[in-house]
Amino acid sequence: MKHLRRFKDTRGEGEMFRRRALAGFALILLGLCALVGRYVFLQVLHHDEFALRSVNNSVKPRAIPPARGLIYDRNGVLLADNVPAFRLEVRPDQVQNMNEMLFQLGRVVPLDQDDLDAFRKQLKQSHRFDSVPLKMRLTEDDIARFAVNRWRFPGVDVVPYLTRYYPLGPLFAHVVGYVSRIDADDMANLDPDRYKGTTHIGRSGLERSYEDMLHGTPGYELDEVNADGRIQQVLETHPPIPGKNLYLSIDARIQKAAEEAFEGRPGAAVAIDPRNGQVLAMVSVPEFDPNLFVNGISQADYKALITSPDKPLINRALKGAYPPGSTVKPFMGLAGLEYGVRTPQDTVLSTGVFYIPGQSRGYRDDQRGGVGTVNLYRAIEDSVNTYFYKLALDLGIDRISAFMGSYGFGRPSGVDLPGEVSGILPSREWKAKHSPKQPSWYPGETVIAGIGQGYWSVTAIQLAHALATFAGRGVPYAPRVVMATADVGKRSVPLANPPAGPSLIKDMKDWQAVNDGMQLVIYGTDPFSTGSGVKLGDGFPYRIAGKSGTAERFSRTSDAYNENRNTAYLAARHRAWFEAFTPAEDPRIAVAVVLEAGAWGAKDAGPIARKILDAWLATQGGAVPPNHPLPESEADAAPASATTTATPADVMPEDTPQSDPPASDSSSAGDDSQ
Amino acid sequence: MIDTWRTRLYRFFRRVWTRPRIDLPLAFALVVLCGVGLATLYSAGEGNIALVGGQAARFMLGGVFILLMSRIPPSALRNWTPWLYVGSTVLLVVVAVLGEGRGADRWLNLGIMRFQPSELMKLTMPMMVAWYLHPRQLPPRWKDIVVVGALIAIPAGLIAKQPDLGTALLVTAAGAFALFLSGMAWWRIGMLLAAAGGMVPIAWHFMHQYQRDRILTMLNPESDPLGNGWHIIQSQIAVGSGGVFGKGFEQGTQSRLDFLPEHTTDFIFAVFSEEFGLIGVCAILVLYAFIIGRCLWIAMEARDTYSRLLAGAIGMSFFVYVFVNGGMVAGLLPVVGVPMPMVSYGGTSAVSLLVGFGVLMSIHANRKVHD
Repeated sequence: MKHLRRFKDTRGEGEMFRRRALAGFALILLGLCALVGRYVFLQVLHHDEFALRSVNNSVKPRAIPPARGLIYDRNGVLLADNVPAFRLEVRPDQVQNMNEMLFQLGRVVPLDQDDLDAFRKQLKQSHRFDSVPLKMRLTEDDIARFAVNRWRFPGVDVVPYLTRYYPLGPLFAHVVGYVSRIDADDMANLDPDRYKGTTHIGRSGLERSYEDMLHGTPGYELDEVNADGRIQQVLETHPPIPGKNLYLSIDARIQKAAEEAFEGRPGAAVAIDPRNGQVLAMVSVPEFDPNLFVNGISQADYKALITSPDKPLINRALKGAYPPGSTVKPFMGLAGLEYGVRTPQDTVLSTGVFYIPGQSRGYRDDQRGGVGTVNLYRAIEDSVNTYFYKLALDLGIDRISAFMGSYGFGRPSGVDLPGEVSGILPSREWKAKHSPKQPSWYPGETVIAGIGQGYWSVTAIQLAHALATFAGRGVPYAPRVVMATADVGKRSVPLANPPAGPSLIKDMKDWQAVNDGMQLVIYGTDPFSTGSGVKLGDGFPYRIAGKSGTAERFSRTSDAYNENRNTAYLAARHRAWFEAFTPAEDPRIAVAVVLEAGAWGAKDAGPIARKILDAWLATQGGAVPPNHPLPESEADAAPASATTTATPADVMPEDTPQSDPPASDSSSAGDDSQ
Repeated sequence: MIDTWRTRLYRFFRRVWTRPRIDLPLAFALVVLCGVGLATLYSAGEGNIALVGGQAARFMLGGVFILLMSRIPPSALRNWTPWLYVGSTVLLVVVAVLGEGRGADRWLNLGIMRFQPSELMKLTMPMMVAWYLHPRQLPPRWKDIVVVGALIAIPAGLIAKQPDLGTALLVTAAGAFALFLSGMAWWRIGMLLAAAGGMVPIAWHFMHQYQRDRILTMLNPESDPLGNGWHIIQSQIAVGSGGVFGKGFEQGTQSRLDFLPEHTTDFIFAVFSEEFGLIGVCAILVLYAFIIGRCLWIAMEARDTYSRLLAGAIGMSFFVYVFVNGGMVAGLLPVVGVPMPMVSYGGTSAVSLLVGFGVLMSIHANRKVHD
């Protein structure tokens, strides 16, 4: 065969090609005849029908964009609304001289540079037959002036539309997010049929993560148009299906109290219901006004937001990852118990400095000279570094990272909001990947990981999630901001959020021991107790369990740290954390607070956490369960809870129904006694 | 090696200018077709001179390419073929990795201009198949058919993934026609077609939702009155209302009143049919048939397998443009982005088609040269 193949039969091939070419041409002629047949069918056999349809062809479909779903808090307080507005639209193909038209139009309706820039950008990216919005949110004056001059501007029209409005403005800017104008880049990724006629799309927060639900399905109407394309009559309307309404689990009153507690200091707080993962409050300070973005933010406003040193556009609750400091100690203590490395009564002597056997470098305690012999309870109460240094060494980094990882550190918590960061969970794998020059792990790194320093970084939502998982007796729920959705005119349907797995806790005695230690942080009388001077539990009817954290932003390079122990200096160097949950026996709220510049966790972040708990208590009816008498100073409690109930009521635009009737509260108090 | 590259280049251009080696009947038919195309564009674009001028400039550029290509002998083309094929395939991969484009990632930004590598593949595909079959014993056996199938499938798959179904179809057809012309046995063709028919459900599974929607919409245009269904309905009204004699030049109401979307690009043939009627349609189809026939004639005159297969495949794939676009406008085929050659407004496809005709001119000029 090889031999034959070398000598090609060229003449025979030429003849074969000739036959094939003729056959191909015959097939092509056949195809063209089929095509002609189709044209004969349309142009001869059905000519009369199509001619009639062509003459009567004055009917055009027009897409009707759906109304975007509304967003409410858990009690029905409106957070994102649709309000009617008018905009100017231009049909490019009907404008002879665009620059001249814009110049003339600018003398009738004021057009600023931002409008013109956005218009020209979109003009380049769209078809000549598609209307391009020129100016949003016309004033009544604009509309009246244009109406008089409309005959001068063919192809320019005033079009009604629904625009987004956030009644509470900055308070929910980071959670609800905002919508903004769709541009060509968005269009490339969207289903053009579903977004026909839609001008806005969710850009951040829930508006973005629930875009699919909020958007709805467009409808259309059949319009009779005249030769200029102006609508004469609407023949038929297929109404759009509005987007679903969202109900957040966040309570606007708790949210408001949390925001105010920060008094403008940068930081973040997240409160979660440990029984189901529902987020009760999520604030990131400072905030911004989301309404600025809806119809195109001006250059000046945008520049101010971008260049502000406090970066108000960043949602610190999800994106602010800070060293967690001592807030990890309860989890470390739990790891010691659960792995069987410690019993709650095992003691360690704190002398002020801890040395790894055989090494000369010392690891400090917070109290110079140490606090003496401590067991787990006092180690948590006094935040004794030495106890956790030694525990960390005994556990080893692999067990620490495995245990902490199971509580969600080092990965996004899975909350239903976009843009969450992972933070850093110290582990051999992490270091090998991120530190190629020094990939191996040192015992000293294990030691400082035990007190939440070193490579650690954690976001407020991660800490709140981990704390809620612990407080809920180890049952992990992914945090959820949206509690229920509702079709317009229908009852709301709760979104299912089943636990991500079985309880992480092996023995509830371990849980109780750590819980008791955390209660001592709030109520302990020990002189070294971190919470002793702050009295965070005073006047609160339920038992609170908590833990502070004070993480250093820089390593100590000089003795300046020990010499300048004034608050301003420390605040510039520290991140203050506080985590707390209550009621300690049957937790219903877990809070994590971080203050970017706070001197001490308990003193600076602690009161913020307490104010959030107070606001939560007020929403629960403020009832005092009978079996837990107030610890002390009953007089202080009354005004405190009175102010917290009064504040949110002032800012609410409408009367909000109570979430829980008093009866349910007393029944939950009954649960506590069991 | 006495000449510098400068003098060689100069001689090359002088020869192109003084003795263009072109086939006059084919050139004449192309000029007529371009004229009809510009007139239709003038009407469809409502007298937009800039639109017509831009298209005319592209035809000029295409003409220059015809003159240049006609001087490159097919043997030289054949030597370059594998490199051109590998190069275009690499470009397709590059586009797949870092391409940019509107909706579909098919463009490569070259800084000064944007460039679509899939356009290049329309020509390199038949060249590659012809190159592969050239030294082999024909008609091809299964082994060669499988190799050719792989040569077609790789670039076509990359293009279909962009996603650009229309171009993938054209590229596949160009390769398949070269295989057909090489004398592949009818029973083998029948088996392959049967197998392809069996693949339809699998292909359906891998299609994008919008591609499925287009096919479903074609079967029932009323199901999508806002999107593609609207295109199809309005296009058929335009064609049907044209009747036998048409409404007359610049008298079509469908495009003039904006009922017909994309009426300068993919749906321009509907404007043509509305204004010139069945007579115009038949006339332009005869013109297309003449061009295809002339291409096949040139192919039959060629002496070597490579030239024959290449010329025949280019001519036959011209038919695919006409059939798919004409069928789409008349509601016979689903809406895919295939232009009506020389009539639809659009940059790269007009130029690349004319480059293909330049290759034909060269094959014609070298018909007496025995390889």
